[in-house]
Parts: sequence; C-alpha cells; structure tokens
Amino acid sequence: MANIISDETIEYVGILAKLELSEEEKEAAKSDMGRMLDYIDMLGELDTENVEPMSHAFPVQNVFREDAVTGTDMRDLILKNAPEEKDGMFVVPKTFE
Amino acid sequence: MSKITQMDALTLGKAIAAGEVKVTEATEEYLKSIKESDEKYNCYVTVDEEGAMKSASDVQARIEKGELKSPLAGVPVAIKDNMCTEGLLTTCSSKILYNFVPTYESTAVSKLRDAGAVILGKTNMDEFAMGSTTETSYFGPTKNPANPEHVPGGSSGGSAAAVAAGECAYALGSDTGGSIRQPASYCGVVGIKPTYGTVSRYGLIAYGSSLDQIGPLTRNVSDAAAVLTAIAGHDEKDSTSVNAKAKDYTKALTKDVKDIKIGIPRDYFGEGLDPEVASKVRAAADVLKNAGASVEEFDLSLVNYAIPAYYTIAAAEASSNLERFDGIKYGYRTEDYEGLHNMYKKSRSEGFGAEVKRRIMLGSFVLSSGYYDAYYLKALKVKALIKKAFDEAFAKYDIILGPVAPTPAPKLGESLSDPIKMYLGDIYTISVNLAGLPGISLPCGTSAEGLPIGVQLLADCFEEEKLFRTAYTYEQCK
Repeated sequence: MANIISDETIEYVGILAKLELSEEEKEAAKSDMGRMLDYIDMLGELDTENVEPMSHAFPVQNVFREDAVTGTDMRDLILKNAPEEKDGMFVVPKTFE
Repeated sequence: MSKITQMDALTLGKAIAAGEVKVTEATEEYLKSIKESDEKYNCYVTVDEEGAMKSASDVQARIEKGELKSPLAGVPVAIKDNMCTEGLLTTCSSKILYNFVPTYESTAVSKLRDAGAVILGKTNMDEFAMGSTTETSYFGPTKNPANPEHVPGGSSGGSAAAVAAGECAYALGSDTGGSIRQPASYCGVVGIKPTYGTVSRYGLIAYGSSLDQIGPLTRNVSDAAAVLTAIAGHDEKDSTSVNAKAKDYTKALTKDVKDIKIGIPRDYFGEGLDPEVASKVRAAADVLKNAGASVEEFDLSLVNYAIPAYYTIAAAEASSNLERFDGIKYGYRTEDYEGLHNMYKKSRSEGFGAEVKRRIMLGSFVLSSGYYDAYYLKALKVKALIKKAFDEAFAKYDIILGPVAPTPAPKLGESLSDPIKMYLGDIYTISVNLAGLPGISLPCGTSAEGLPIGVQLLADCFEEEKLFRTAYTYEQCK
C-alpha cells in the first residue's frame, strides 16, 4: 500500500468529520482510506495541467430570487423533531463554562 | 398479483379515469399486496396505510369532479425514503433520522400529489444512498423479488423491488452514481436518471449535490415517460434546477429509430464484464439495428478514471452535506455526553453506519488543507475531461448503448466486505452522473440462473426524447 495513513491523520480527520471512532474502527478507517487513496492516485496518470476544474456539468450562472418570506410559522411542528426542546427553543448542551 | 397490481401505471390510470376501477380499490389492492409479500422482500421502511386510503378517497372525489386530468391520477406510488414527505416519516434508512417527520414536501412528491398520485409509503435504500445493494440500510436489506437470495441492487433497491414485486404501480428513486439504473437492471424494471437539473432536488436529502437526480422506476418505458413528465420542471427552490420549458415526454414514444446513430463503447466490453451480460446487451443492440438504427463500436476512453473521480467528489460533497446531522434540531441524539462537541461526535458516530462513516472520513480528508488540490480539485479536472469525452462521442452518436452493471444481482452478503470491489460495479453508470447526462436502464433478458439483466442507453444532456424514443422502439421490437 502506497498510502500509509498515520494515527495522527485519522485523529485529525475524525475532528474534521466530527466522528468518534473506536480503536477497531480507527484501524479499519486507516486501511480503508489508504486503499481508497491508492486507487484515487490513478487520477495522477492523467495530464490535467491546462484543464479547468468542473463543478457543474453545464454552465450555471448565479441564481437569484427576491429575499421575501414565503413560508409560514411552523415553529411548533419543527420543534417536534428536536431531541430536546424548552419554551419554543432547542435545548443544547452547555457550550462554555 | 391481482388483476389491478398487474397493470402498468398508465393502464391503471386509464381504468381509473374510465371509472372501471376506483382509486380506493386500487389502493386497497396494493396495500394487500404489500401485506402479502413485504415481509419477504422488505421493500418498505414505512407503509402509510391510513394516509394512502385517505388520499385515495380525496383523489377519487377530485377525479369525479373532473379536477384531475393527469394520466397518473389515482395510481399508487412508492417513494424512496430520502425524499421528504410532509407529515410522513423520512429516514434515509439511517438510525440518525429514525424519527424524522418532515414539515415540508419535496417538489417531486408534491408534483405527483398535484397529479393525483396516492402515496403508499417510503421505500428502503442504502443508508443515505451510499451503497449498491440496499444492504447498508439500518432497517435491514431488501431482497430481490426475482430471487430473494440476491440483492435488489441499490441504492434505490426498495423502489426497484417494490415495482418488480407488484407492491406499487411505480416508484421514485434517486441516482447519484447509478442508484436508479442499477437496481432497475437487477430487478428487471425500467429506470431513468434524467439530465442533471431536470427534476428539482428540493426536499431530496442530499448526498452528492452535484450528482444527485430524482427519477422514476416503472414497469415499462411509457410509464417512465409519463412519470418524468409529471415530476420534471423548473423550481426556484432548487438553484440547480434547469429553467427549461416543460416537456411532454410521452410524445416521444414512437417506434422509429431509422435516424438514430448508436455507438457502443468498446471499453465497456473488456475485462470484468460477465459474458452472459455482454451477449444480452449485444443482442439488444441487434434489435435496434434490425429496427433501422445504425450501430457501431467506438473508443470512449477514460472509462476507468470515472470511479476514482466519482468517489472523491461524492465523498467530499457527502462529508459537507451530512454535517447537518448533529443531534440538535432533529433525529438521533446520544444518551450520555459531556458538552457540545462530545454530543455531536457521539450522536454522529452512533447514528451513522459503517459505509456512511467511511465516506465522510474520506470526504473530510480530500477536502482538508494540504490535500484539497491533490485530490478534490484533481477529481474536478478529471470530471471535465470525462465530460469532454462524452461531448466528442455525442458529436458522432445520438445514443450510447452498453451494460448497466458488470454482472446480474450478486447474492446477499457478498458485496460489502470489499468496498473497492463494490465500487467497481458502478463502472458503467457513474460517469453519466459526472457528465450530467440522462441514462435509462431497460430489461433485456435474464441469466441462466433466472436473474434479470439490463441494457443502458445514454443520450446527450436534455435529449431525453431521443432516449425515450429509442427505448420505446427497443421495448416494442424485442
């Protein structure tokens, strides 16, 4: 395997991905990611020196619309989906001491 | 299957319009069919018996008043569980959305409702549409009605199997890398991925936003054209929705391919393609040739590079799109946690399955500082090259014909152990999403084992009419 993924990299990616992996999952992720990157490295065979990266299959311009309220007040319905709510608001864990 | 559940969607729609079949009767028949066989196939995550019957009575009344003119009015449909349905559980087949009830409707579903469709329920899928077998679903795998020891394909496996098993008249699926066409092929039904931007993605829970597209899974080509006509159209709620004039795709259903030039990519028939699939697909090309189309082989090039480019882009977009699942506003929240960040991490780690986590990790890596140019940007450049290869092909041909998948449906439990091998199964479908093209999968025979095999037709962007005309001609002549 050409791509060796270190413990530090998996830790770092775990922070970016907001995932907490078990030791077993970390080992699996290291080997999976290494194999995928080996495979993706195949793209290096292609000369893309003067190629513009394409994010959309056909040209799209900025799409604008009026910033006008069209929806209705659905607060209570929306809060029904919340794991925890109080007085019409989402409850979140303490974010600072 | 009863007489009603044997009808294709347009035939049932006609019988309903003529007053020969009541919408409530059709809905009851389908609910009965689901009760009889879904324990075996597991096509549905949610069956909305009450909602379907209520909607059936309403639709029947509106038909009688002459308010509904759509050929699909009153016809029962199943919706893949990644499209938001107002007031009806929408899980994406994930634990993290196990209790999510949307407060709004996806545009594709609301267009079907406007046409008088009756929604039977929500179909099983690979978790967040990440997979090719419907085995990554939190709610257990779906089985292939042709042989329940085999997978139905994926990720729209529940939708394809429900159509094949007579558990709905037609279904909606979504296709990010083949997720409509491949299960259609494995289950022996018709599935079309329209040109990117044809059907609004509003309310479709995003996986790879630049690749995702909603489309129909049906019993035949005519149904597919009618359903696409109903769901297509510009939507200001989706900024990538194409601002084009509404089309009636059923007008393209004529038996005539004399002006159609078909190209068969030689590269699609190389190593890895099952010989039985190859011979059925070539036989399909012969049918079109005998019907008057010109058929020749050509070199498409870059075929092998589509998979690594796709998985880089799709994983990158997925890692970003799935950031919203944080245990705050909806869905699963872990029970024990210390502080906000630990709550995020634990909720997500417990809520997502292995394949989803694998792609989020890969996506986060390829977008991370220091690797962005080498991986993500490189993949976007390769995407441009692939698009160019298709542009050159479509300068010469109207239709590209090839297989949908390298083999018929594999057995349950055979695919997930080796992700790269599973990803290789997407080789014929994936480049279509990168290039934004429309593609249709049509049944073209069965293997010696009795498993369905599909042929795939591709056209240039916005050339769905050519696709439908060629597909219809094949269906009539085969």
